[in-house]
Amino acid sequence: MGASQSGRVHMFQDLADKTGFSIEQINNLRNRFMYLTQDEDTLRREHLENISNLALNPIRRQIIEAFFDKRNLGEKEKGCLQEIGFEEFVMVLSFFRPPKPRTSDEEMKNIKKEKLRFLFNMHDTDNDGVITLDEYRRVVEELLSSYETIGAETAKAISDAAMLEVASVTVGQMGPDEFYEGITFEQFMQILKNVEIETKMNIHFWNLDKRTMQCGK
Amino acid sequence: MELKMFILVLGLLVGSLMPLGGASGSPGSGTGQDECKKNNGDEKNGNKTTKKSFPVLSLNYENVRLPFEISLWVLLASLMKLGFHLMPRLSSIVPESCLLIVVGLLVGGLIKLVGKAPPVLESNIFFFYLLPPIILDAGYFLPIRQFTENLGTILMFAVVGTLWNAFFVGGLLYGVCQLEGTNLAGVNLLSCLLFGSVISAVDPVAVLAVFEEIHINELLHILVFGESLLNDAVTVVLYHLFEEFTNAGTITVTDGFLGIVCFLVVSLGGIVVGAIYGILAAFTSRFTSHTRVIEPLFIFVYSYMAYLSAEVFHLSGIMALIACGAVMRPYVEANISHKSHTTIKYFLKMWSSVSDTLIFIFLGVSTVAGPHEWNWIFVVATLVFCLVARVLGVIGLTFVINKFRIVKLTSKDQFIIAYGGLRGAIAFSLVYLLNPKHFPMRNMFLTAIITVIFFTVFVQGMTIRPLVDLLAVKKKQETKRSINEEIHTQFLDHLLTGIEDICGHYGHHHWKDKLNRFNKKYVKKCLIAGERSKEPQLIAFYHKMEMKQAIELVESGGGSKLPSAMPSTVSMQNIQPKKPPQDRALPQLSKAREEEIRKILRTNLQRTRQRLRSYNRHTLIADPFEDGLDEILIKRKKMKELEKKISQMNNYLTVPAPPADSPSVARARLASDPQAWGLKSVTEIPTIKVELVSPQNPESVKVVDEFSKKGSQPKGSEEEGGLTMRVPSSEKQRKDKTPDEEPQPRFMRCLSDPGPAAEDEDEDEPFLP
Repeated sequence: MGASQSGRVHMFQDLADKTGFSIEQINNLRNRFMYLTQDEDTLRREHLENISNLALNPIRRQIIEAFFDKRNLGEKEKGCLQEIGFEEFVMVLSFFRPPKPRTSDEEMKNIKKEKLRFLFNMHDTDNDGVITLDEYRRVVEELLSSYETIGAETAKAISDAAMLEVASVTVGQMGPDEFYEGITFEQFMQILKNVEIETKMNIHFWNLDKRTMQCGK
Repeated sequence: MELKMFILVLGLLVGSLMPLGGASGSPGSGTGQDECKKNNGDEKNGNKTTKKSFPVLSLNYENVRLPFEISLWVLLASLMKLGFHLMPRLSSIVPESCLLIVVGLLVGGLIKLVGKAPPVLESNIFFFYLLPPIILDAGYFLPIRQFTENLGTILMFAVVGTLWNAFFVGGLLYGVCQLEGTNLAGVNLLSCLLFGSVISAVDPVAVLAVFEEIHINELLHILVFGESLLNDAVTVVLYHLFEEFTNAGTITVTDGFLGIVCFLVVSLGGIVVGAIYGILAAFTSRFTSHTRVIEPLFIFVYSYMAYLSAEVFHLSGIMALIACGAVMRPYVEANISHKSHTTIKYFLKMWSSVSDTLIFIFLGVSTVAGPHEWNWIFVVATLVFCLVARVLGVIGLTFVINKFRIVKLTSKDQFIIAYGGLRGAIAFSLVYLLNPKHFPMRNMFLTAIITVIFFTVFVQGMTIRPLVDLLAVKKKQETKRSINEEIHTQFLDHLLTGIEDICGHYGHHHWKDKLNRFNKKYVKKCLIAGERSKEPQLIAFYHKMEMKQAIELVESGGGSKLPSAMPSTVSMQNIQPKKPPQDRALPQLSKAREEEIRKILRTNLQRTRQRLRSYNRHTLIADPFEDGLDEILIKRKKMKELEKKISQMNNYLTVPAPPADSPSVARARLASDPQAWGLKSVTEIPTIKVELVSPQNPESVKVVDEFSKKGSQPKGSEEEGGLTMRVPSSEKQRKDKTPDEEPQPRFMRCLSDPGPAAEDEDEDEPFLP
């Protein structure tokens, strides 16, 4: 009993150092993880799909995929895992941790880059490093998928306009025969630099325990 | 003036005695007529009496005195505003509110010199006529997103901050009053507390006037401004509370408890009243599609009624007005026409601007006019305590608030928030309302308040701009919202909601998502007319953006480039992926494409037409500008489709064709003659498309062959600028001899031609640009 407790605390300490969460937050996340997986050791896609609130989310598929994407887990290789452990769960969630109050500008820039990288990976489903027109189109379709009356062509029009805008802003001059491959990560950062990602893409991780005890399904 | 009064009384008397004058009941308006009749009567009877000549020109000022003077004041205010902006150097140093107060002082001084009593800012006039336009303008255009994100912070500052200020200032002033050496012993605790509560409220008018000029970043703006709006409830409650207590004489604990309940009732009641009127206004606007002209009137009247209804019950009128404006805006904007939207925007801005100007001028005049009682110690103590209370309050509250905020408030932010706590005319009017019988020191209060107002507006207002620059506070970003940002903001919303669901806690995003879903499912269906109720926000944004771009295009005279943030020659064909050359499964392919194009254009057209149809109703004359607008929109959409076709055709090139027209140039030529397509063609398109819906493959193939054989262009469509796009296609077609994407030329032809049979065989040469 005592040994496993201290072993767990030790593991949590490592995780806390790696991801920046506090021990209490990691404890809460552990409880949540156990609840989601029904006390198994690994999390699979079905476990996440079972969350009823998530079913109403138009981009749930992409969110679930993001948890199993190897690129978000700090690995150099591409591809997806079939199941993840608690460590990977916390690592993915660490992208949404709000920055500590006394972070320097340099660190803020890094944090912003990491968060934007996460977003980029969510869009770039075929892992080729660019968001092509088709992938972007799919993003817009998913966003609009909760409205049944919207047809595919409106989504296409919007994504075409958006792509055109990215190309105009980032590349500028292109001859009529050149082909614009897609949005690279640098261009992605450029068009979203006005959206303050580092302050917006955060959720509150509570230190107190009672949040997870409420168990919203 | 006295002479005229005498004549008026005389005329009245005569008029009332005359049988002829018996018909005109109202003395004021009938005076002129009576005099006239009297003279006529004299003429008739009076060859005997001395004949009075017919008054060709008579002076009757008293009739129009009130409206005349009001108009004079408004004119004066507006001319002053005009004058300030003609002196750019002055308006960059001194904020407008200061200049206006100075003007008021001058005017008040002038009037006093002439010997009359200058008009004082009557509280009724202020609260019923001058304040509502400003608040409605603020509430209608309130940035809801930032407001709700920072609502907790704003409420803390508004409620707790104001309470702290009130008790701190009031208590310390009472202490000062009890000191030896001042002859202020007559001021009891309740009066001090009342005074403290009135003076501690940050004033929305003053804050707006100053902050609007310094373009500070949105977070700080919404914090200070939101606080100034929401603290009205606290002020109202405290004011009435202390006033009642002064009348009653004794206070008990129950009274204190009731005070708290009263606060909740006042604020929540105000919001509920406002929300009810807002929903009524939204519902009414659903049915105004046939009477577009009076749409703005509904908005204004409903909002004003909300304000007045709240005032009837002593609820917070300001909160009611804000709630009304904020609730009705999303639904009303989806229902009303574009012109009504512009009208509302400009009327609100105009009224609030005039009100604002008048308020400051009257403040200046009232300073000259009002009875003053200057007491050095009291005034100075008030000033010092106000400033100290504000600073301490902000620091203390921020310390607590930062524990709950994701984005912490830095000390720079705190300084600006503290410094931006300006006092204004609301405090003045509230003190003016005090009954001198119960509050013998009312004049002293007035003097103190005016001093504080002057200090905050002049000193703080003038120095805040250089301070903002000095401290390098973040300014507002003026960039336009791009569609990418919009897409990603929505994406982020959903993403964060999803992550919150996975983590299992109900945070800010979860509830916002629930509210949105409720809104979409039930509320929008009730309050928004027709198809717009199902339109997602992204689509609405996209349409709005297109509209804006089309307007810019027309305004810039159809210049050689479409206006864009950066001049670029990137066009659609750069983006479309190269498709491998397709072989001859063409008849089906063409039909599918054709179907696609038709569907796209139909839906897009219907949507644009649905909204633009509103312009041609009843008394609204069809504006040629507006008609040109929707044509441009349609043209752009068509162009995009056509470009896609061209790009696909590019791939079939075996021989490099002369680069006839790059799409951007063709687009330009198209754009430069906005009258190219008459309205007729717009309506023609659906009907023609119906004819085209013939699923027989052979016919389409036949037409294709016909086309490729002749390779000719129909003459009728010369006025269509789109012809220029067909040049490369036809050339390429002739060279390749493969009828590839023919639906596009066929479609173009059908716009002008009645049908394939009418084609002229002589037109063999291509239409040269």
